[in-house]
Amino acid sequence: MSDIYKSLVEIVGEEHVSTQTEELYFYARDPGLMPAHEPDYVVAPKTTEEVQKIVKLANKEKIPIVPMGSGMALTGLIIPLRGGIVIDMKRMRKIVGVNEKARHAVVEGGTSQGALKAYLERNHPTLRHSIPDAPPTATIAANVVIHGQGRLTQQYGFNSDMVSGLEVVLPTGEICRIGSCSMSPDWFSKGPTLPDLSGLFLGWLGSTGVITKLGLKLYPKKKMRDVEIFVTDREDLVPDILFKLTHTEMVEDINIWFQEKPIIFQGNHHITLYITGDTDEELEFKRKMVWHSLKEFRDSKDGGFMWVMPAMKPTFLDMPQKSITTFADVKKGGGFEYSGPIVLIEKYPVFARKLGELANKYKIAYSGMARVIGRSHAMMFGIAFTFNRADPDMMDRVKKALHEGIAFAFDHGGIPWKPTVEEQKMAMERIDPNTLKLMKMIKENLDPNGIMNPGNWEVD
Amino acid sequence: MEYEEIVHRCFRCGYCKFTEDYQDINCPSYAKFGLDTYAAGGRMWLINAWLKNEVKTSEHYAGILYSCITCGNCKEQCVFTFKDDLLNIFEAAKAELVSKGLIPPPVRDYFKAINMNGNPYKEPQDERGKWAEGTDIQAFSDQEYLFYIGDVGSYDERGKKMARSVGTLLAEAGLSFGILGNEEGSDGNDVKALGEKWLFKELAEDNINKFKTKGVKKIITLDPHAFNAFTKEYPQLGGDFKVWHYTQILATLLKDKKIPLSEYKVKVTYHDPCYLGRHNGVYNAPREILKGIPGLELIEMNRNRGNAFCCGGGGGNFFTDILGVGEESPGRIRIREALDTGAEILAVACPMCSKMLDDAVKAEVLEEKIQVQDVAEIVNAAK
Repeated sequence: MSDIYKSLVEIVGEEHVSTQTEELYFYARDPGLMPAHEPDYVVAPKTTEEVQKIVKLANKEKIPIVPMGSGMALTGLIIPLRGGIVIDMKRMRKIVGVNEKARHAVVEGGTSQGALKAYLERNHPTLRHSIPDAPPTATIAANVVIHGQGRLTQQYGFNSDMVSGLEVVLPTGEICRIGSCSMSPDWFSKGPTLPDLSGLFLGWLGSTGVITKLGLKLYPKKKMRDVEIFVTDREDLVPDILFKLTHTEMVEDINIWFQEKPIIFQGNHHITLYITGDTDEELEFKRKMVWHSLKEFRDSKDGGFMWVMPAMKPTFLDMPQKSITTFADVKKGGGFEYSGPIVLIEKYPVFARKLGELANKYKIAYSGMARVIGRSHAMMFGIAFTFNRADPDMMDRVKKALHEGIAFAFDHGGIPWKPTVEEQKMAMERIDPNTLKLMKMIKENLDPNGIMNPGNWEVD
Repeated sequence: MEYEEIVHRCFRCGYCKFTEDYQDINCPSYAKFGLDTYAAGGRMWLINAWLKNEVKTSEHYAGILYSCITCGNCKEQCVFTFKDDLLNIFEAAKAELVSKGLIPPPVRDYFKAINMNGNPYKEPQDERGKWAEGTDIQAFSDQEYLFYIGDVGSYDERGKKMARSVGTLLAEAGLSFGILGNEEGSDGNDVKALGEKWLFKELAEDNINKFKTKGVKKIITLDPHAFNAFTKEYPQLGGDFKVWHYTQILATLLKDKKIPLSEYKVKVTYHDPCYLGRHNGVYNAPREILKGIPGLELIEMNRNRGNAFCCGGGGGNFFTDILGVGEESPGRIRIREALDTGAEILAVACPMCSKMLDDAVKAEVLEEKIQVQDVAEIVNAAK
């Protein structure tokens, strides 16, 4: 029994540490397509102090650390590329508190999206958070670390923009508070009016520290919610449609999707938009505004609102939307992966065409999905393919298609979302050298021994 | 391995870990250990790795498989079309270990005890009916119902108390029923859940023959585990009997005013046994009984009905204790949840739940605050 193992057992207890083949196998991979690499240890701490002790130990011994939520990025970000300790954060799942009037919650670093949703529904029914469509086990901390998006992204930006404070264990073991909570008991601002240090952690894919608590802004939850789907067969019109829709400021979330099967959806671009209201009048007013905003497209017969069958509505209104997860088993193979470059909405047509091309070229099944970020400030365009885990050839083709897809995205001015290590390298070839130098300075100063999720955002 | 063609299809998305509304972790072994390998998705990935020879059979692998206590939450919450086969897959994987003789020692000892003694307690068969001594409960001859007790109700002190409580109530209500006493055999439900198909078949066929020989047509079970075996497994082996859990019969008797009740002012919360609720959809009968008691206030726990959290006793863990003890053991989590409702009594309808949760009360040192009582015991107190 190694000294490291003994020390980890002392910190978290025997049941929550493993060096067994089974855990090393499981934690060597995520559900996506990235090659596996085994950790040396898996630990599941329960408190910030336990995380601190683990990090201090790792820093002293120069052992890599990979903080892990549920691994739902699908791009290998929690694969321990250089072994070391995987810290599974999900036992730290307490909802520390909610300030109803100030509309924010403070949660532990392993709290799931699903648990916060349920907690708010039960205890604060007028509040909600921007839940992504990842499975409910996805953690809030991991989601903001990758700059995830959710149901309120069209209104309020990336989910990381909604962070209102952080507690982080630095790679050198200090527990550090970021934002208003650094000097006040209240977690209402992640930075302003202080220097905004949250940028040292958000977007860094766990390579600069372990988030043990975070504040998250909450938003009004209206009593009613409904869905409308505008359909057009002209992809070139989608950017204009989105521009008109966002101008109304009446819509909660806007997603665009297109797929080959079932055949009833083929050839069309479906713009799913959600409206909310506290009264029938409010809901109907918003619906009218939305319908009115797209009048020119309806009049020209270039598009129209689809009748959403009542039986279909729960599928669309579900949060998170389970049907997105079930895409993984379209080929009865339990797998899908997607790149989600962030691009301008005006690029929608070229991306939509490219996705179809890639699917044809590599003979794979796709699902096109995009989410508007802000008032048409950008969109996440999901280049998503399903695969059969029992078909290595299909998995290889999907990998190639994704690689080509992300290269296309960079060539069209996009930036990567939750990039694989390979995509990070491709991005760093394009990032301004002085920006890279700054990233390197930050990383080296925060993590002098290079222990935090090594291999990610690693500037040569 | 059976179901081999399905195993690789798990996405390990984790829906299976939660309740329907995601309020909490609802997979007992995952709640206990906090490592993904102990959730249904983890097991699916490990079984797939084992099939591909990427993971070998080991003590730890067996421990992970046997820490599944077949509560059925994963099956309820999985979003994929193969969800109904999840427990069958785990059972098949355990059966592979059984066939290779690579099972954890407590599981081996459980099988051996049943095979040698006819019960997991290693008690003599002629003590099986002792629980009924001193009551007016008759041996089964040609009555309308057979009252089947099961291993826990026959040998465990807590279980015996519950069997007497139910039996005397049914007798006082004038129901025509009898018991097999020392002739009763183990139902085999948990033997099957632990992957010993051959032994299960032997036990089931023995029971079916016995029931048929004695002219049994209708069965009331004390134990939801037996209820599950009799309703779901025995028909496939030619055992077609009409089967009720005792709460279903008791609910009807109360509705028909066969048992007079007085006021009983008490706050009660009810724990759904997995093999009665999730596995067989019986949620209302126990609640109807409790709600029918004048003065009794029934308060639901946050996790109830299809979302109830297992006591930790399912899938044979009652006997094998693979999950072990500790603050995060399912029984202790559940009793804390019951306490949060403000209830003075946690009502149960399964002898295994009764024992597991009673032990949890002691471990949490809550004897002064909450008691575990069977539904029939509560009815008896209200008479």
